[in-house]
Amino acid sequence: MDINSLAGLFNYWIVIVLMMTGFYIVIARGNLIKTVIGLNIFQISVFLLYITMGRVDQGTAPIIQEAAQADQAYSNPLSSVLILTAIVVGVATTALALALIVRIREDYGSIEEDEILILDRES
Amino acid sequence: MDMLELVDIFVLALLAATAVAVARVRNLWAAVMFTGIYSFLGAAWMLILDAPDVAFTEAAVGAGISTVLMLGTLALTSREEKPSKKSPVLPLIVVVVTGSTLIYGTLDMPRVGDPSAPVHTRMNPSYIEKSEHDMHGEMPNVVTSVLASYRGYDTLGETTVIFTAGIAVLLILRKPGKRKTELPNSAEQKGSHG
Repeated sequence: MDINSLAGLFNYWIVIVLMMTGFYIVIARGNLIKTVIGLNIFQISVFLLYITMGRVDQGTAPIIQEAAQADQAYSNPLSSVLILTAIVVGVATTALALALIVRIREDYGSIEEDEILILDRES
Repeated sequence: MDMLELVDIFVLALLAATAVAVARVRNLWAAVMFTGIYSFLGAAWMLILDAPDVAFTEAAVGAGISTVLMLGTLALTSREEKPSKKSPVLPLIVVVVTGSTLIYGTLDMPRVGDPSAPVHTRMNPSYIEKSEHDMHGEMPNVVTSVLASYRGYDTLGETTVIFTAGIAVLLILRKPGKRKTELPNSAEQKGSHG
């Protein structure tokens, strides 16, 4: 494993660090909104991982140009399409989670996990 | 090319700093704003990685609509996170172990931008080569033709998911009048209109 191929993995490592930051927010914080925020950060990091994998050296956006040379490289359109779908689905799930939080707040008067657990045990 | 690499590293550093700021900050309003900034930086980086379609969507939907939804939730709940009594040690260990495992996994992955990586040798060339002919030469953007035509059923499934989520949100936030009298702590609620 030479230094060049290690440098080629640098993007992946940064994306994994971002992912783990999101994961930490999800499991370390008891506030429900903070958990959803952590999930969002994790999600965007996964998108970035896919987009990173779709890139090609000397490539350009996958839009065919008349003037381009025959051997023009394009980045992978498939990863773009998958992530386009994932972004929109992600917002739908976020909206669902936030609606549940609003509902929990109405019934329990709190959005802190430990307080909700105490209220649940009392009842 | 060197300039682009510098911008690349700068955006990545900003992304990491924003993520850490979200983890540390206690004010939820600030956390939501940082999430919006994080989304937008992500969109900027996607543009550098030659995926403008995803960048547009992320900037509009991820940084825009998500942030608005979260601000709406903050208005209906609370803005301040209570200090957690949980110790951060166990989550930190879990995160470090998972992260190291993932980094160990990347050692076998092809270098970023390698044209001979499996991602680029399966499927992709045929989409790029055939798209122009299949779309009668009127659709230069391959992402659009894959999204709306070759993988159109994916997009149909996506709209089904959004529809289902929308219905679910409406059902969860619906107020069937009589519920209110059953609540003992209704004094604590404020502005609870879904």
